[in-house]
Amino acid sequence: MNPVYYLYLAALLFTIGAAGVLIRRNAIILFMCVELMLNACNLAFVAFSRLHGNLDGQIIAFFTMVVAAAEVVVGLAIIVTVFRSRHSASVDDASLMKL
Amino acid sequence: MENLIGLLVAVPLLGAALLLCGGRRLDGKGHYIGTVLAASSFAIGAVLFADMLGRGEHDRALHSHVFSWIPVGGFHADVAFQLDQLSMTFVLLITGVGTLIHVYSIGYMEHDERRRRFFGYLNLFLAAMLLLVLADNYLLLYVGWEGVGLASYLLIGFWQHKPSAATAAKKAFIVNRVGDVGLSIAIMLMFTTFGSFAFAPVLAEADRAGEGKLTAIGLMLLLAACGKSAQVPLQSWLGDAMEGPTPVSALIHAATMVTAGVYLITRSGAIFNAAPDAQAAVVTVGAVTLLFGAIVGCAKDDIKKALAGSTMSQIGYMILAAGLGPIGYVFAIMHLVTHGFFKAGLFLGAGSVMHSMNDEVDMRKYGGLRKYMPITFITFGLGYLAIIGFPGLSGFWSKDKIIEAAFAKGGTEGWILGGAALLGAAITAYYMTRVMLMTFFGEKRWVADENGNEPHPHESPGSMTFPMIVLAFGSVFAGGLFSLNDAFVKWLEPVTGHSHGDSPLSAAAVTGGTMVVLVIGVGLAWAQYGRRPVPRTAPRGSLLTRAARRDLLQDDFNHVALVQPGQYLTRGLVYVDHKLVDGVVNGTAASVGGLSGRLRKLQNGYARTYAVSMFGGTAVLIAATLLMRAV
Repeated sequence: MNPVYYLYLAALLFTIGAAGVLIRRNAIILFMCVELMLNACNLAFVAFSRLHGNLDGQIIAFFTMVVAAAEVVVGLAIIVTVFRSRHSASVDDASLMKL
Repeated sequence: MENLIGLLVAVPLLGAALLLCGGRRLDGKGHYIGTVLAASSFAIGAVLFADMLGRGEHDRALHSHVFSWIPVGGFHADVAFQLDQLSMTFVLLITGVGTLIHVYSIGYMEHDERRRRFFGYLNLFLAAMLLLVLADNYLLLYVGWEGVGLASYLLIGFWQHKPSAATAAKKAFIVNRVGDVGLSIAIMLMFTTFGSFAFAPVLAEADRAGEGKLTAIGLMLLLAACGKSAQVPLQSWLGDAMEGPTPVSALIHAATMVTAGVYLITRSGAIFNAAPDAQAAVVTVGAVTLLFGAIVGCAKDDIKKALAGSTMSQIGYMILAAGLGPIGYVFAIMHLVTHGFFKAGLFLGAGSVMHSMNDEVDMRKYGGLRKYMPITFITFGLGYLAIIGFPGLSGFWSKDKIIEAAFAKGGTEGWILGGAALLGAAITAYYMTRVMLMTFFGEKRWVADENGNEPHPHESPGSMTFPMIVLAFGSVFAGGLFSLNDAFVKWLEPVTGHSHGDSPLSAAAVTGGTMVVLVIGVGLAWAQYGRRPVPRTAPRGSLLTRAARRDLLQDDFNHVALVQPGQYLTRGLVYVDHKLVDGVVNGTAASVGGLSGRLRKLQNGYARTYAVSMFGGTAVLIAATLLMRAV
């Protein structure tokens, strides 16, 4: 199968993820969308690895997974804390960081 | 012997350092330290003088290199002294009169609690003045030149609690700065023209430089001399400088510092000789000032200001003589020395009178003092006879020679200059007789002041009368002694050169003319102030009298011509600064502030807005990268 199709799929997933980040307000959904974008990137990396016939892309994909796991831990902790104090998971409610 | 020259300057400098840094524990003996050090400087000068007399006429100059001050590549500025006959004359005058005035000040400043500081300043002045006349290059001379300016400023403003004294000090300092600019430009011109500013190379090569350059240097030197010697147009500070204690007026503003301009011109004789235009400017300044000062002196009721006008006028004579070239240099210096004696004596006499009259300076409130203070009367009287040129006394010998030399200039110029000098002699006789009559003759006119303190005129203490007596001897005999066998001419000739002009009038005719104008001047003054009683309040006077009382409108002129345009300029600049410069600065600040106020609204705290900008930014970056690839 032509690896280029995987790239199309990656682009599609990334776009969906990005749109979700921009449109949705629920922090959990937002988070899932971010994960979607990361995984789209991973897919693209792996596809490129196949295209070029080396392992660089696959190695980077592992790194991305590690980083994403760490990010999830921190992010979920923040979301839980915010939810406890505000009883809401909407990102728009947490808009106090402004001038 | 050479090493003694440096000591000459170092001794009074040590005195200044001791007295000014020594603190209160020297209060009780500061004046003795100052006087002894001044006297030692005079003693060193006398030793050097004796040594100089022992050597041949052309090998009298001594040279002493102390250290290299600024050695930079081809540029050398040295601290080096040169003692020739001209410097020697000044050294003896400065230290001699200086010592006498130190002695006088012991009595005069007795009741002043800051007497130690006063003596410190006097010693500082001596050191700076000696440095000025002993320097072997113009840059070191400039150091001394500024040093005497500083000492003069400190001493004029010595009673700085009086606003008038503080103002007078500032005025003297600022007017002198104008002249000093001239000296510094002259030194720069010398360096670019001759590659040096030591006397020897500059003066030896003077006639090889172009006349235009020399004229420029000469005019700048003249400007410097005008400032320091209170010549028109920079004369306005001298009258106000009389705010200082009287010994200061005698030493600095009569005998020595104000004659520095004459020294400068005489020393730079080689430059002036080769620049006739500059010489013409010098004689013009001299002739104008000698009349200007004399006229001002006629109208003043303040005894010190009348004498200040006289000083200005007498220095005008010297500048005139110095401007005549080799005919006049010797006589300029000779008049300078005799003037140093009699004018210092006159000032000390005036100080003695003030001392006994509760510091009253208005001559209309003196009168008849000869009975109360005989020594002051006699010494002042001898000084008076000397300055008006009474036959046989010092002023007669020196001033007569200048008038003769002015006529000897030749042509119409000679007649104009000679005529001015002769007219000046008449006015001198008039105003000095006026001072004499108003102070020592007539009825007593003093009364008790509002506190009921009536002055009780009395003779001053010995420390004050002794210097006056010594100076009176100088006023009587110095001129005759100098003229014996042309001793003074022969003494200075190797340094300044000397030539006889061809006078259209014989020496006897000039002397006769001088005698005639002398009698006219004295007679006029007697008719006005001797025959009739002197009114206690000044009459309104003619237009000229009123103008002369205001120093011939010099301050008004300076105010209108210089101060006001300056004020308008500064006001204009302040306006531009406020409106334009501040406008640009404040406008920038305001627009940045406004812009940031708007930009601030982009920070709304919504995470999704930030995400949009991140995505937008990334998209733009990718688009740009692709575009660059495509191109």
